[in-house]
Amino acid sequence: MDWSFVTQYGPYFVNAAYMTVFISFWGVVLAIAVGLLCAAVEVGRIPVVHGIVRAYIELSRNTPLLVQLYFLYFGLPKLGVVLSSPACAIVGLAFLGGSYMSEALRGGFEAVPRVQLESAHVLGLTRVQTFSHVILPQALSTAIPGVVANIIFLIKESSVVSAIALADVMYVTKDLMGMYYDTYEALVLLVITYLVILLPISIIGTVLERRFDYARR
Amino acid sequence: MQGAEILLQPGVWPRLFQGLWVTIWIAGVSVLLSIPVGLAVGWLMTLRNPIVRFIMRLYLDFIRIMPQLALLFIVFYGFARAWNLNLDATSSSLLVFVLWGGAELGDLVRGALESIPRSQYESSYVLGLSSWQTFTRVILPQAIRRMLPASVNLATRIVKTTSLVVLLGVVEVIKVGQQIIDANRFQFPTGTLWIYGVIFFMYFFVCWPLSIVARRLEKRWAHD
Repeated sequence: MDWSFVTQYGPYFVNAAYMTVFISFWGVVLAIAVGLLCAAVEVGRIPVVHGIVRAYIELSRNTPLLVQLYFLYFGLPKLGVVLSSPACAIVGLAFLGGSYMSEALRGGFEAVPRVQLESAHVLGLTRVQTFSHVILPQALSTAIPGVVANIIFLIKESSVVSAIALADVMYVTKDLMGMYYDTYEALVLLVITYLVILLPISIIGTVLERRFDYARR
Repeated sequence: MQGAEILLQPGVWPRLFQGLWVTIWIAGVSVLLSIPVGLAVGWLMTLRNPIVRFIMRLYLDFIRIMPQLALLFIVFYGFARAWNLNLDATSSSLLVFVLWGGAELGDLVRGALESIPRSQYESSYVLGLSSWQTFTRVILPQAIRRMLPASVNLATRIVKTTSLVVLLGVVEVIKVGQQIIDANRFQFPTGTLWIYGVIFFMYFFVCWPLSIVARRLEKRWAHD
């Protein structure tokens, strides 16, 4: 290990980590929004939209992010839709993640038995109360492990955005290896950077799962 | 629909399918090699030996938390530097996918094996089955049912992840697409849209049937 390399180029990785976190953060937020919408459509069985949502979910789950990104970044401008690299990356992550989030959230809502709804009704709870006090806590309890797993999955998937010229962690690693041949040091910094980003999220996820696991507490 | 004529150029489809074949070949070989690795890893994970458990835990967690692209970089660039082991891009990707697929499959095997109730072992013992018979006739059939849907899903994930090998320089379907786009840059400037569109659907039509199979299996065996 060449420690002077680490101290000299460590800051590059800090900046790159910001980029990875920035892209993933907005990608995850949008993915959850898309997922909620799709899950609502699926649970509510809204006629025509339901089919469109199903088609979207199948398309998004069965194609790789890299191909989706290439299509968005190189393909769409030919139709006059020009997105910047970060916009492409965020839209791509949202397109991919939306379907995964939708499946996790839908699973949560569908796991709440009908009895719960009926009992809440009998107890005289209003619809809003039923949703916020009865349905949502139980749905979240089932959905949280899936949602957390999806967040980690999306952050990992964001590593391919280097292919559309975003200076994320992978991009900086490749750049430094190419420029200085300090392969070891760059790869070690790469691993550490991803561990620093992902480990806390993984731990927070486990804590959240325990916190919201009403059935077992 | 301007530029769609690029798809009618001679050689475009055969070349794309050749590229797709490379993708499928890498994914298929990875899946096949992952099966024995996964079985071994799964078996090791059920052992009570604390050292083995710790090592397997570390292996699984490291593989799980690193992005696959990072793993590819580590093997492709790192191994060459560390041990002067110059794997070409295809072998590096195979190695990574087998290590990754083996770890994921191993965890499925472990889960399936641990989900078999003790009574199954005890009943087989009482019935006079040998431990080999117990494993092959009683435990394995039940374990396979429990892990097969998730394993088929894992196969689609491996196919999708195969797209990353283009970033190491393997000439597969995406690279072939880029070559076609570049070769026709002046004649069909809007061909990009069509070629990437076709590649998108090629991946879709490889993975979608697998997803359907996984879902069917899940439904059929959900209550066994």
